Amino acid sequence: MIRLPRSIRWRLQLYYGLLLVAVLCGLGATAFHFERGRQLGRTDAELQTRVAALVDALRAVPGGGPEKRDVPSPKFTAEQAALFGGRDGYYFVIWMRGEKPLLASPNAPDEVPRPAKGASIPRMRGEFRESFLFAAPVDCLLVGRSVAGEQAEIRRFALVLLGAGAVVLGAGLLGGWWFTTRAIRPVEDIIATAEQISATDLSRRIRMDDTTSELGRLASVLNSTFSRLDAAFSQQAQFTADAAHELRTPVSVILTQTQSTLARERSADDYRETLEACQRAAQRMRRLVDSLLELARLDAGQEPLRRAECDLATIAADGIAHVRPLAEARGLAISAELSSAPVHADQERIAQVVTNLLGNAIEYNHDGGNIRVTTRLDGNFAVITVSNTGAGIPAAEIPHIFDRFRRVDGSRTSGHAGLGLAICKAIVAAHDGSIDVQSAADGETTFRVCFPV
Amino acid sequence: MRILVVEDEPDLLRGLTRALRDEGYAVDTAANGDDGLYKATEVNYDAIVLDVMLPKLDGWTVLERLRESKKTPVLMLTARDRSADRVRGLDLGADDYLVKPFDLPELLARIRALIRRSASEVRTVISIGDVTINTASRTVARSGDVVALTAREYSLVEYLALHRGEVVTRTTLYEHLFDENDDTLSNLLDVHVSNVRKKLGHDFIATRRGHGYCIEA
Repeated sequence: MIRLPRSIRWRLQLYYGLLLVAVLCGLGATAFHFERGRQLGRTDAELQTRVAALVDALRAVPGGGPEKRDVPSPKFTAEQAALFGGRDGYYFVIWMRGEKPLLASPNAPDEVPRPAKGASIPRMRGEFRESFLFAAPVDCLLVGRSVAGEQAEIRRFALVLLGAGAVVLGAGLLGGWWFTTRAIRPVEDIIATAEQISATDLSRRIRMDDTTSELGRLASVLNSTFSRLDAAFSQQAQFTADAAHELRTPVSVILTQTQSTLARERSADDYRETLEACQRAAQRMRRLVDSLLELARLDAGQEPLRRAECDLATIAADGIAHVRPLAEARGLAISAELSSAPVHADQERIAQVVTNLLGNAIEYNHDGGNIRVTTRLDGNFAVITVSNTGAGIPAAEIPHIFDRFRRVDGSRTSGHAGLGLAICKAIVAAHDGSIDVQSAADGETTFRVCFPV
Repeated sequence: MRILVVEDEPDLLRGLTRALRDEGYAVDTAANGDDGLYKATEVNYDAIVLDVMLPKLDGWTVLERLRESKKTPVLMLTARDRSADRVRGLDLGADDYLVKPFDLPELLARIRALIRRSASEVRTVISIGDVTINTASRTVARSGDVVALTAREYSLVEYLALHRGEVVTRTTLYEHLFDENDDTLSNLLDVHVSNVRKKLGHDFIATRRGHGYCIEA
């Protein structure tokens, strides 16, 4: 089996060439047949005239008749006689009974076979074109002529056709090559750019001169895909860098603590202190790893939500009960206005969001401040808000507050990696809900989460 | 030698402080940028270890403002290792740069180098008469025999040796040998000087009455 070349250009060229050959062959064959038919038709008409003349000449013989067995030679008028022999070389052959001709014109070729009854008229015999008739007064009469001249002519004509066809085919293929090259060039450009994009950086884009053609549209689709990939890759790179960055500090703690402790003999208290510091660092890393895994799972959509009927009011009340000791330790007052807001959601995850928001409300509060929690149904949405007093969030930070590893004051003392709100956002997004934040000038910060009912 | 460590992670701060004190440095600490800048401006430290990510004022700002008045050697500690960050730190006037997580011995070596460089001392071994001071191994030898000095005594010898030929005032010595928690009103300095004289010879440290102490070059 022949393998087609893989390159589109070669395939186009091949198909185009085949089509061109087919068209040229069709045209050539038609022209050839038409010309040949025209020539033969002319000859056939001449033959027909001569057959008629021959019959007339035979019938003109006195005493001739169907019953007469020995027919004399035909009696040609001068005009009829001119039809035979001569330059054109028309000849005739006459048969009575039997295969042997009764009479033949002098210029007739040797051994003209008697035509069979019912054979198609006229017939082609080698270079001879012959027409015949089974008619009285003889049994069969035949008029023929050599058509060698015409045949030679038609062969020349065929050669001319072939030559012209070859020239047209050559020109067509060249034109086709030029054309496919032109048509393919944007594709080559796209390939070249795409290769550079994959090999070097994702910031390159395909140059587009024409945005309306199919290739232009392909290029713009690819460009927008590259843009999204670029964004996703840099986000991923940033995320990885941030994760590594967050790990650096606890690792520094462990290295510094152990290296300085092991440098000499220490007291039991010293060792204990070092181990406690290492433990804190390890727990911080564990929290970070947990959060990273959680985000990765949410991103991948690996863990399907276990949705069930639940009520934001109940979840909020549980969450408040959970953090109340922590809040009281800092002298924070929690007030709640919880009206029933039933949702079809993953209760455990929603509880995680609520706990996270409450944790932030405690952490970023000032001592003796307030925390207010409300739940309610608002149109088609179940809404929960968590507000807290405190320093508030600078306006410039608000658009980034849900970004991963984002923390307002740039410090690390809290031990949180700045992933809590990012996780909240991912969970809420998995529920097709929305989360936003408002920070008033007086420092009251309100997080609002809406779930479609 | 007195060092300021500005670091907001408490366990890291404690670990660094302990390691530096073990090396005989007097160590002050600050847990945020504000406090760090205040101390760095008020006291003539021999070196400052400055974290970049700090609450209130970040390390860049602390460095920038400090350089308006002081040229104390600063070693930046950071969790970012992009070269742009390193360039920025060095351009702002940092003298060295270390990326977390770091190895403690490397940090200590870099601090030693910083202090040496700021005293325009390129060698790690200083010879004064029959006394040889090795600032890399922090040891002192007299006529080839290693002399056991306490950390504070070594610091005294090293400071005077790095500033040999100069008269160093008692105030300066107090500032460089004792940290913020030490009781600087005591006569501890005299005790250290007297101990060093016992170990390295009475003429090793000369007293310029009313001015301070001096090691002749």
